[in-house]
Amino acid sequence: MISLADQFLVLVLLINFISLGTSRLIFSIRAVAAQGVILGILPGLIHPFSWHLVGITAVIIAAKGFIIPLLLNRAVRSAEIKREVEPFLGYVPTLLLGALFTALSFGFAGKLPLAPEHQNYMFVPASIATLMSGFLILTTRRKAISQVIGYLVLENGIFIFGLLLAEAMPIMVEAGALLDLLVGTFVMGIVINHISREFSSLDTSRLTSLKEE
Amino acid sequence: MFAALIILPLIGAAVTWLIPYDRLRPKVFSLFALGHLGLTVQLLSNTPPPSAGGWFVLDALGKIVLLGTSVLFLFCAVYSIGYLYYRRERSNRILCVGMLVCLSAASMVTITHHLGLMWVALETTTISMAPLIYFNRNARSIEATWKYLLICSVGVALALIGLYFLAYATIVAKVEPSLLLDDLVRDAGKLSSGWVHAAFVFLLVGFGSKMGLAPLHSWKPDAYGEAPGLVGAMLAGGLVNLAFLALLRVYQLCLATKEITFFQNALVSMGLISMVFAAIFMARQADFKRMLAYSSVEHVGIMAVALGLGGKAIFGALFHILANSLSKGVMFLASGNIHRSYNSKNTSQVKGVLRRLPWSGALFLAGFIAITGSPPFAPFISEFTIISSAFIQGRVVVALIFIVSLAIIFIGMALTVLPMVMGEVPQESESTSYRDTVWTVGPPLGLLLLVFLLGVWIPEPLMSLLNEAAALLEVPR
Repeated sequence: MISLADQFLVLVLLINFISLGTSRLIFSIRAVAAQGVILGILPGLIHPFSWHLVGITAVIIAAKGFIIPLLLNRAVRSAEIKREVEPFLGYVPTLLLGALFTALSFGFAGKLPLAPEHQNYMFVPASIATLMSGFLILTTRRKAISQVIGYLVLENGIFIFGLLLAEAMPIMVEAGALLDLLVGTFVMGIVINHISREFSSLDTSRLTSLKEE
Repeated sequence: MFAALIILPLIGAAVTWLIPYDRLRPKVFSLFALGHLGLTVQLLSNTPPPSAGGWFVLDALGKIVLLGTSVLFLFCAVYSIGYLYYRRERSNRILCVGMLVCLSAASMVTITHHLGLMWVALETTTISMAPLIYFNRNARSIEATWKYLLICSVGVALALIGLYFLAYATIVAKVEPSLLLDDLVRDAGKLSSGWVHAAFVFLLVGFGSKMGLAPLHSWKPDAYGEAPGLVGAMLAGGLVNLAFLALLRVYQLCLATKEITFFQNALVSMGLISMVFAAIFMARQADFKRMLAYSSVEHVGIMAVALGLGGKAIFGALFHILANSLSKGVMFLASGNIHRSYNSKNTSQVKGVLRRLPWSGALFLAGFIAITGSPPFAPFISEFTIISSAFIQGRVVVALIFIVSLAIIFIGMALTVLPMVMGEVPQESESTSYRDTVWTVGPPLGLLLLVFLLGVWIPEPLMSLLNEAAALLEVPR
């Protein structure tokens, strides 16, 4: 099962690059949804079967794979935008930076001591690389929806790390964290709709009325 | 008892949600705030033992923050009765519900020793406040809400990965995996230093951005500037302290590991950067609510510096939690009144406040004197303690930067505040229906009296509480 989990993690890393490199919002949302579904499957691959596990898998696939992407899709449709235009940093530089961060996170993870049962997994570098990719998307894109996608990728990175901690985190806290992230995305979705109503676009670089002179 | 503290505001949120009348809702809201303060006082005087396997512990640090939050909340709630009367044009349902949900989550932060649960509660306070910043439903407030939501959520998410690193350090060290503060402190010596170090960096950045330490403060002026006065008071006097409490928990952990010097230095430098930033942006600030936001950046900076210095300054930091939140309450509530009366928060239009609103103007002026650290008000005591401690420890450079920033901030703030309150009301000034009433002036006045009282006399129970809390943060020799 180890190698299967690692292959899924490679997929997660590839999806990071898809989201970093595409300008089509719908495509980007789909990629993140696919990433969410993979994250839902992962716990089943590394932990022994239990009903608690089935529940978590179902919740994660439903939330990350369907509900949140649906919300974002609706926002895209209601605002009638298709593409991210003129990001603060071009697609090629972001992709290169993403590759650099991915390499660095493998280096970072190599320096830190791992528990023996996790030695052969790629969880730590995959988690940090995904986190950094999310951060990159967040900081380089203009559209509010792209920024939410960045936030989601960042959360996914954190989630991958959380998989290593199933024993340390009681289910209540796990559920609470998941719920918070979900509610956060919901609120962001609502705010997006209000932004499109106020500014008739989802371009956050137009949000400049509060700049210091 | 612990459960009641969390459930009572939630019941309040449900009840205020169901009330259909905008006039009645703030009154019920205040009743629940009063009930919460009653429970808080009860818990403080008669602390129950830890419950639920050490998850819920009310220690001295939690008590200070809980007390400050609950008192400020009550004053804000009472103020809302008068304030929302002038905002009848829109429903106040979301405002009352959001505030109460936030109070519930805030109480959770103060009474839990489980860092994961604390994180969940902290993130809940962030989300529950977002709709309130959007109270005015215009383009500027949506921009502020977006910035606040995104930066704080990302910040708190980074703190979560910091917590995960800590938990993973326990797994690597083969001790009982746990995120309970007491377990972590006990096993701190065995934890792998690489993970712990990385964890502290993420936790500092995460909670630092929620607290608004420079250079992670960019959401603050917008959010504080656009939020209604009482929401601003709650953000600057309540939520800031919760994030600081989270940093105090990390500090407690650092004390048990070997990382304390690194963490202390990081706190001192971030704190000083915040103060210098505030000093730069405070000058010539044309919007008085944004000015208050920079003042908040300054004061979180002061708390961070004090915590980083250690020694006697710790007492100053803890006392400043209360002093800052009460004085910020005065300033924000008074500024809410001024904003209502002039229908503007630009100092080019707001002049002669003392003539137009003698009470609110005087409160704003007194609040300014208090918040800049002048005697006989409470912030003077804390700031003086911190500066003298810095000199005693031989940290002359830190002390000098601290004093110079305070002086520049005093001048910068005076240049905005004095022309505002003095002088004549401009001819073209818009006339509004707002008049000072007991309900809108009473709460900030009450807060000011508290700030004054704490400045001249600290009651014995509070003194011993502060000392007990400071002992928890002492660097072992």
